Amino acid sequence: MLFPPCAAIASAAPILQKDKAVAGAYVIELDNLAYSYGGGELLSDISLRLTPGSFHFLTGPSGSGKTTFLKLCYGALVPTAGHALLFGKDVRQMDRDEIAEIRRRVGVVHQDCQFLDHLTVAENIALPLMVSGRDVAAEEVNLKELVAWCGLTHRADALPPELSGGERQRAALARAVIMSPDIILADEPTGNVDWEMSERLLSLLVELNRMGKTVMIATHDLGLIRAAKTRVQARVLRIAKRRLQLAGADL
Amino acid sequence: MKLLSPAVLLRGEPQADRVVPPTGFTARLTLFAAAAMTFLAVFALALSLATGRLASNWSEELARSSTLRISAPAEQIAAQTEAALQVLATTGGVARARALSREEQQALLEPWFGPDLPVDSLPIPQLIEIIEDAQGYDPDGLRLRLAAEVPGAVLDDHGRWRRPLVKAAGRIRSLGLLSLLLIGAVMGAMITLAANSALAANAQVIAVLRLVGARDDFIARAFVRRFTFRAFWGAVLGMGLGLAALLALPEAQAEGGFLTGLGLRGWHWVWPFVLPPVAAMVSFLATGGAARRMLRRLA
Ligand SMILES: Nc1ncnc2c1ncn2[C@@H]1O[C@H](COP(=O)(O)OP(=O)(O)OP(=O)(O)O)[C@@H](O)[C@H]1O
Ligand SMILES: [Mg+2]
Repeated sequence: MLFPPCAAIASAAPILQKDKAVAGAYVIELDNLAYSYGGGELLSDISLRLTPGSFHFLTGPSGSGKTTFLKLCYGALVPTAGHALLFGKDVRQMDRDEIAEIRRRVGVVHQDCQFLDHLTVAENIALPLMVSGRDVAAEEVNLKELVAWCGLTHRADALPPELSGGERQRAALARAVIMSPDIILADEPTGNVDWEMSERLLSLLVELNRMGKTVMIATHDLGLIRAAKTRVQARVLRIAKRRLQLAGADL
Repeated sequence: MKLLSPAVLLRGEPQADRVVPPTGFTARLTLFAAAAMTFLAVFALALSLATGRLASNWSEELARSSTLRISAPAEQIAAQTEAALQVLATTGGVARARALSREEQQALLEPWFGPDLPVDSLPIPQLIEIIEDAQGYDPDGLRLRLAAEVPGAVLDDHGRWRRPLVKAAGRIRSLGLLSLLLIGAVMGAMITLAANSALAANAQVIAVLRLVGARDDFIARAFVRRFTFRAFWGAVLGMGLGLAALLALPEAQAEGGFLTGLGLRGWHWVWPFVLPPVAAMVSFLATGGAARRMLRRLA
C-alpha cells in the first residue's frame, strides 16, 4: 500500500470540502510581488493564484529564488513590494500569532530539514500537534501509522542528528503533513532519497492532493515531474530572470 | 499569558516543557541564585522581625515605666522619699509608684560592682519606680512640682535614651525590609540574565518551533515554567538552609532584658515559608518579560 491509511489526514476531508465550497477563493494569491534581500531584486513582478487542490512544481536554476519564493508563500518572508495573500489575508497585516496559525494550515518540508535535536524522531514529527495544544497521546495511533509509512518505525526513537539525509527528509515530510494542512509546500523533498523513496514521497503528495490539498514542490528533478504528470494534473512553474513563468509542454 | 497553577509549578508540564532542551548552566545559575537569595532573605526577614520586636518591646514596656532618683544627705532621704511618693500619688497619669528596697537596689548594682558591694555604707540615691497608666503623665509638670517639694529628686522618664533606640531599631527594620527588596530585585535580575542566555542559546529551537506553528505564548510558557519551577525549588532549598542556620543560633537569654535574639518567635516562623512562592513569582515575572522581549527581537 502506497498511501498511509492516516486517519489524521482522512479526517480532514470534510473541512477540505468546505474550503472547496468557497468557490473562487484562492489559498495563495501573489499580486505583483517582488522580493530583495537587500541587494538587487531577486524576484520581480510575480503574480500567481493558487486554487485549492491544485498541484504545482517549481523549478529554476540553483540560486534563482525557489526557496525564497516558498518562504513568501508561508509568511516567513514579507514581500518588499506587492502583496502576498494567504487564505485571503495579506501577510503584511499579520501579527506573529496569525503567522503561527498560518503555519498550522501550511505544511512545509524545508530544504534544510530542521528538527529539535534533543527530541526523538517521533516526538519531532508530533511537534506541530504539541505546539498547537492538541493531545499528542490521543493521536498516538495516527502518529505510529505515519511513522511506519515513512519507513521510520525502526528509527522512531533515534535523535535527528543520527538520521541519514533521506531519513531526515522523510521525517520532515511526516512532520509537514501530521496536522493535515490545507497546503503542502515541499522544498527539494527528494534531494537526498533514492528513486524508490522519491516515488513513495511523490505518491503521498499526490494522494494528499487527491484529498483536496494544494501542493507545491520545488525541485530540480525532472524525472519526478514526469512521474507526477502521469498521475496528476500538475503545472510547472519556472523561475527565470527573476520572473515566474508557466513552463510549456516540453517537459 | 495564563497564570501558572501551583500544581504545574510543582510537577512542571512534561510534554510541553520538553521542547526546550535542558540547559545545565542556566539551570544551575537559576537554582543557585534562588537558593542563595532566599537564604539571605531569611536573615533579612529575621532581622526585620527581631528589630521590630525589639522596638515594640522598648516602646511598650519602657514607655510605661520611669524612675525617680532622690539624692540627698543620708538623714533627709527618708523624708524626701516620703514627700516624693506623696506628690506622685496625686499626679494624674501615674498608676503606681514604689520605692525600691535595699535588696532590689543592690541587685540592680550588682552587675556593675559585684555582689560584695557594701551598699549600706555608700551614699546611694533612693530609686522610686513609677508605672504609668494608659494616659501617661506629663513629665515637665511633674518635674516642676518635684522641684518645689522634693529638691533632691531627679526624674528620669527613660524617653531621653529610649527614643533614639526605638528610632534606631525602626531604622534597622526599614534597612532589613529594603534588603529584602534588594535581594528580590537581584534575584529577578540574575534570573532574567539566565533566561536571556537560555533564550539566546535556543534561538534555533525557537526558530523550529515557529516553523511548525508555535505561538509566542507557547514558547514563552515553556521557558517561563522551567525557570519558575527551578526558582521555586532553589528558594525552598535556600529557605531550608536559612531556617536551619537560624535554629542553630544560640538562644538569646531571657535575662538579656530588652536585648533579643535574631531568631524567629511564634507565628513569625510562617514568614520564611512565604519566600519560595514569592521567589517563584519574581522568576515568573522576570522570565515572562525576558521571553516576550526576546521573542519580539527574534521575530
Ligand atoms: N537570508 C538571505 N540573505 C541574503 N541573501 C540570501 C538569503 N537567502 C538566500 N539568499 C540569496 O538569494 C538567492 C536565492 O536563494 P534561494 O535559496 O531562494 O535559491 P534556490 O532557488 O532555492 O536555490 P537552490 O536550488 O540552490 O536551493 C541566492 O543567491 C541566495 O544566496
Ligand atoms: Mg532552495
